[in-house]
Amino acid sequence: MSDEDEIILAELNDDELVQQMHDDLYEGLKEEVVEGVEILLDRGWTPYDVLTKALVAGMTIVGIDFRDGILYVPEVLMAANSMKAGMAVLKPLLAETGAPKVGSMVIGTVKGDIHDIGKNLVSMMMEGAGFEVYDIGINNPVENYLEALEEHKPEILGMSALLTTTMPYMKVVVDTLVEKGMRDDYIILVGGAPLNEEFAENVGADAYCRDAAVAVETAKEWVAKMHNRRASA
Amino acid sequence: MKPNLIIGCGAIAQELVTIIKANGLQENLEVTALPAIWHNTPQKILPGLREKVTAAKASGKYQHIFIGYADCGTGGQLDRYIEDEGLQRIAGDHCYAFYAGQDRFAALFEEELGTFYLTDYLARHFERLIIQGYKLDTNPELLPMMFGHYTKLVYLAQVEDSELDRLARQAAEKLGGLSYERHLTGYGELGDFVREAAEASREL
Ligand code: B12
Repeated sequence: MSDEDEIILAELNDDELVQQMHDDLYEGLKEEVVEGVEILLDRGWTPYDVLTKALVAGMTIVGIDFRDGILYVPEVLMAANSMKAGMAVLKPLLAETGAPKVGSMVIGTVKGDIHDIGKNLVSMMMEGAGFEVYDIGINNPVENYLEALEEHKPEILGMSALLTTTMPYMKVVVDTLVEKGMRDDYIILVGGAPLNEEFAENVGADAYCRDAAVAVETAKEWVAKMHNRRASA
Repeated sequence: MKPNLIIGCGAIAQELVTIIKANGLQENLEVTALPAIWHNTPQKILPGLREKVTAAKASGKYQHIFIGYADCGTGGQLDRYIEDEGLQRIAGDHCYAFYAGQDRFAALFEEELGTFYLTDYLARHFERLIIQGYKLDTNPELLPMMFGHYTKLVYLAQVEDSELDRLARQAAEKLGGLSYERHLTGYGELGDFVREAAEASREL
């Protein structure tokens, strides 16, 4: 971009700035996104509003265009990097201002699999939606899941797999939870491109989520259901 | 007698043709390729394949049709389709496995999980498909997000070719200095698949 048509973020009104931040996020312009976050905070926006209206809303557009094949993996990674940089500014402030906590989740890619782009994206969007996320990384045997569940006591367990050979491991994890009488203590969400609803049902998960936006919606729905059930129990 | 047809992934098209020629099967077997880039969007494979199969059947030019794909991330959908249509595909999950052989691939995978695999095709097109495809040239900060968990590159070579060996070695370097191994696999189970596909017309 030439100097003449460079946009001065601070000169935009709030709506224009948020719109511009969505564009910057889409283009993966990390510095610009961070600058936008700081400007909105200076203007008295709550960290929570900046997070949801500027970052999460922008990333949702990226997610839709990825699903529709308009964007590919590198663009998504760049957008995610920008969002992460913006979130790094907001995180300490969110903790201070007591943003709403929706629930918590342990998430990890299953044993034998080191694909993690999708999982990382889900983690980020869940965090953006107000979930506490404990990401246990890649190549997780059932012991790792158990340990993390024990330690963090989340409502949700999330598992990711991208390989035909590793998908079935999800069943090993669910079966172990059943054996230990822990299955019903958790909402189990699974994802990864080659999975589908039928597969999720077969392994005994609660739901399959085809992308991060669906993951957030599904998680909110199930957590609300769980809390209602516990309240009435 | 009508020939058979393999409808397969563009990433193995050259190999299919080479095997057919080397075995003198040109009379028995033809090849049609679909875009190799669908590797990245496996949801496109089945619709594309279905169109080709329907057209090939309608043409009346072929005796039998074979599918030159492994599972390739179609999540069981490809299998359901070929079962419904009474077709056959190459066994296994992906090309790395059928070149190396299922057991040998499983052993390699077990030995070092953080391994990225190249075939002749991928070694030849590494720069375009991986470096440019994932924008690692213009955005090197993406490298750790893509390949941060990888420690090793294994080149599964179909043919002896020092230029491809050089390119594969260079690929390992570009992915952040991965350790490098080359295994000459030949065409592995793909060879058997092609010969079987060619045989099927002789039976009639
Ligand atoms: C990018 C990619 C890679 C990257 C991974 C980088 C990384 N850090 O993860 C690289 C290039 C390194 C790679 C390597 C390999 N890959 Co790969 N890879 C892909 C590809 C093209 C896209 C996956 C991806 O990241 N998508 C982007 C994200 C955003 O989408 P996603 O993962 O689907 O996640 C979304 C949803 O599924 C969901 N979701 C995901 N997880 C979860 C979890 C929960 C709890 C929830 C709620 C939701 C959810 O939300 C996410 C966000 O929207 C797929 C093809 C495909 N489209 O699936 C092949 C694919 C998965 N890979 C495949 C293969 C074979 C390999 C290799 C063996 C190839 C090689 N040359 O060595 C190696 C693996 C080696 C090893 N040791 O494991 C095959 C698997 C085939 C099979 N039958 O199993 C595929 C299907 C390609 C193909 N068509 O054959 N790969």
